Amino acid sequence: MTDILMPALSPTMEEGTLAKWLVKKGDTVSAGDVIAEIETDKATMEVEAVDEGVVEEILVEAGAEGVKVNAPIARLSGGTETKAPEPKPAETAEPEAPAKAEAKSETPAKAEPAPAKAPPAKAKDGERIFASPLARRIAEQKGLDLAAITGSGPHGRIIERDVKDAKPGAKAAVTAAAMPTGRRGETRPVQSLQQMGIPEGSYDLIPLDGMRKTVARRMTDSFRDVPHFPLTIDLEIDRLLEARGRINTMLEKDGVKVSVNDIILKACAVALKRVPEANASYSPEGIALHHHADIAMAVAVEGGLITPIIRKCETKGLAQIAQETKDLAERARTRKLKPEEFQGGTFSVSNLGMFGIKSFGSIINEPQGAILSVGAGTKQPVVRGDQLAIATVMSVTMTCDHRVVDGATGARWLEAFKALIEEPLAMMV
Amino acid sequence: MDFDVIIVGAGPGGYVAAIRASQLGLKTAIVEREALGGVCLNWGCIPTKALLKSGEVFEQLHHLADYGLAADKPRFDFAKVVERSRKVAGQLNSGVGFLMRKHKIEVIEGTARLEKGTPAPKVVIAQKRGGERTLQAKHVILATGARARTLPQIGLEPDGDRVWSYREAMVPKAAPKSLIVIGSGAIGIEFASFYRALGAEVMVVEALPRILPVEDEEVSTAARKAFERRGLKFRIGATVKKLTKSKTGVAVEIETGGKTETLEAERAIVAVGIVGNVEDLGLEALGVKIEKTHVVTDAHGATGVPGLYAIGDVAGPPWLAHKASHEGVHCVEHIAGQPPKNLNAPIPGCTYANPQIASVGLTEAAAKAAGRKVKVGRFAFRANGKAIAAGETEGFVKTLFDAETGALIGAHMIGAEVTEMIQGYALAMTLEATEAELHATVFPHPTMSEAMHESALDAYGLVLHA
Repeated sequence: MTDILMPALSPTMEEGTLAKWLVKKGDTVSAGDVIAEIETDKATMEVEAVDEGVVEEILVEAGAEGVKVNAPIARLSGGTETKAPEPKPAETAEPEAPAKAEAKSETPAKAEPAPAKAPPAKAKDGERIFASPLARRIAEQKGLDLAAITGSGPHGRIIERDVKDAKPGAKAAVTAAAMPTGRRGETRPVQSLQQMGIPEGSYDLIPLDGMRKTVARRMTDSFRDVPHFPLTIDLEIDRLLEARGRINTMLEKDGVKVSVNDIILKACAVALKRVPEANASYSPEGIALHHHADIAMAVAVEGGLITPIIRKCETKGLAQIAQETKDLAERARTRKLKPEEFQGGTFSVSNLGMFGIKSFGSIINEPQGAILSVGAGTKQPVVRGDQLAIATVMSVTMTCDHRVVDGATGARWLEAFKALIEEPLAMMV
Repeated sequence: MDFDVIIVGAGPGGYVAAIRASQLGLKTAIVEREALGGVCLNWGCIPTKALLKSGEVFEQLHHLADYGLAADKPRFDFAKVVERSRKVAGQLNSGVGFLMRKHKIEVIEGTARLEKGTPAPKVVIAQKRGGERTLQAKHVILATGARARTLPQIGLEPDGDRVWSYREAMVPKAAPKSLIVIGSGAIGIEFASFYRALGAEVMVVEALPRILPVEDEEVSTAARKAFERRGLKFRIGATVKKLTKSKTGVAVEIETGGKTETLEAERAIVAVGIVGNVEDLGLEALGVKIEKTHVVTDAHGATGVPGLYAIGDVAGPPWLAHKASHEGVHCVEHIAGQPPKNLNAPIPGCTYANPQIASVGLTEAAAKAAGRKVKVGRFAFRANGKAIAAGETEGFVKTLFDAETGALIGAHMIGAEVTEMIQGYALAMTLEATEAELHATVFPHPTMSEAMHESALDAYGLVLHA
């Protein structure tokens, strides 16, 4: 027998929703057959069988949410080993989720993946917390929530020293660098809405899907741990609009339409090549200066947002960028992006200009060193010499990770960016 | 750069560190001036265990009748006892050589000293086969060990004939008829126990008020009684004034509570502590901090001199092989950038006398001195079925729990084979077990280890068989 395990479709994937089964009990499958669809953090992916055999058991029903990576999802006859489509280290295996799903299935599996043992302490989301017996007892005596504590023992296990000096409601002081396995983002004890004075029944509860959880975790981690600071500058974009008009006339026959945002992406990439210190990521080992400008663009989608990436954007022409952004945005909305299309990136652009937002400051998309927030371009009075004039002015805010991009560096980058936006011809130089 | 890591000293600290370094993909060399395996393997832990086994078996022969057995008058051939001990050491020594080859660790036979260098001190080796070799590595780990302390001003200095250190005591031509052992730590007690088993008149002199002074006081007291039953004699709280040699033996003048006494015997063993091997290594010139003959290090073995680390005996007490190995592994993993596994690992200590003594964690006195409220459990082997069946009812198991948290904070055992059992408590402490886990653990019956369970139960008034 071969267990088919929940695959990890991306390096950061921890759990996913088993959206759909394409096979049923008794079906014969061959290696390479698509057997299920899985909704990950940000995309829907197909799962292929790696072995041939007969589907003996579906262990996780379609629609089951929060299925942990490496948990068995189905069982094939033939073979004796457990195989994951993309095997991951066993430490992420968590058999609890399928056990829950299994309870609903008609025939219980012969070998239960998760026999009921003494219940380990559970975090809100049911994940087991690894803590030494002594740490558990001290936490209990002090009224500490173990879910709020970061372990410093082997594999992130919570040990005595993590709880000894902790105070109720406070996070144990452990430096991120010293933690073998980080569980940032899950560490704050959360009060229920009732505890905070909002009565039950007075609201509708939308369950957290994979994307919402990922957005929540990544934004919380970044906003808490990255020292953010914003730099705002006004840009006149009349020449840019004029150039865009001419470019689009030229490209009309090819059916390609370049947006203002496409030009902004290109200008960002060129500016990052001119001020490479701004194309950087912080890491405990040092500051990574990226060789290419991989520009991530924030795309609002149903229920969240996603940031597909224009790789090596500095090397691409506007027509190509326009085609890529259109394709990526479309596939983002239908959740058909591949993980490598939205993971990574060295710099982000978020544009809320179409909603009339004048200016805003985005949260940095770790491990990127900066993100540019683009406001609406509006006609405004400007002073030229001592004369009033009218210009189309657009406000942009660069939010920087102060660990890698200092104020002066950010300012130099904005200066380079401004020059490119206000005179798009400069991108050709 | 010749190597990633050069380790000076191939004892249980150095050679284990070298294997771990090799496992981590570091290009590693080890320098040894004498024999692979160091004192532990060649002149310490291992060959003494061989001697003690001979002594134990011989002692058992005197109790055959207890087991319904009989044999002609037991005899021993001392030369063969020593020969067996040397053979055991030799076998393990070549085993270390095999491990070094297997892990592709370059073994350099010679005496090392250090000179200024970057990123770590240079290692200059006067090679055994002649010639000098200078090597530069990224990291140098000192694992030079320690040796017996001597006090020549009062005659406590081995002469290889009538006055011995552990080293001479391991390979004499004949077993002495009478022996004075100065110092009642693990080394002194083990030799006293061994030679007494072979029939020598043995007197142990201890300056402190009790024998095995690092052990829990109850264990010290029980050990003394057990040894006295076997005919060992003790002078406790006795200061050695002077050791003089005569034609036939030694005379040791001691003072106990103002009273002076002269003890006489064929031989004397000096076991009055350990000094670190810190000399002639060029440490002073490098600015290495040395306190009481030991190199001062941080928790990872770093000396403060860039690229220079020290582990094991040379880095301070407890002078135990497994502590050296643990530090060696930890130090190498630290060098390789790995997070520390267990900085505060409880280190068990074992004395292989008859009966054996083993302990881990705090003594009751130390726990109380640290202001901790303790729950104490005790269980005697005389109430343990297996011990009765084996005729090994001497001794007990004592456990200490933190009264507030239930953490196991110390365990002290005396009795047969307790050295094989103490790791159960060491594991419990490393996993931060409380009394609840020890109570819930199933101990196999019939074993002497059941006393470990009962002791933990006793601390909470739940003992079953007493």
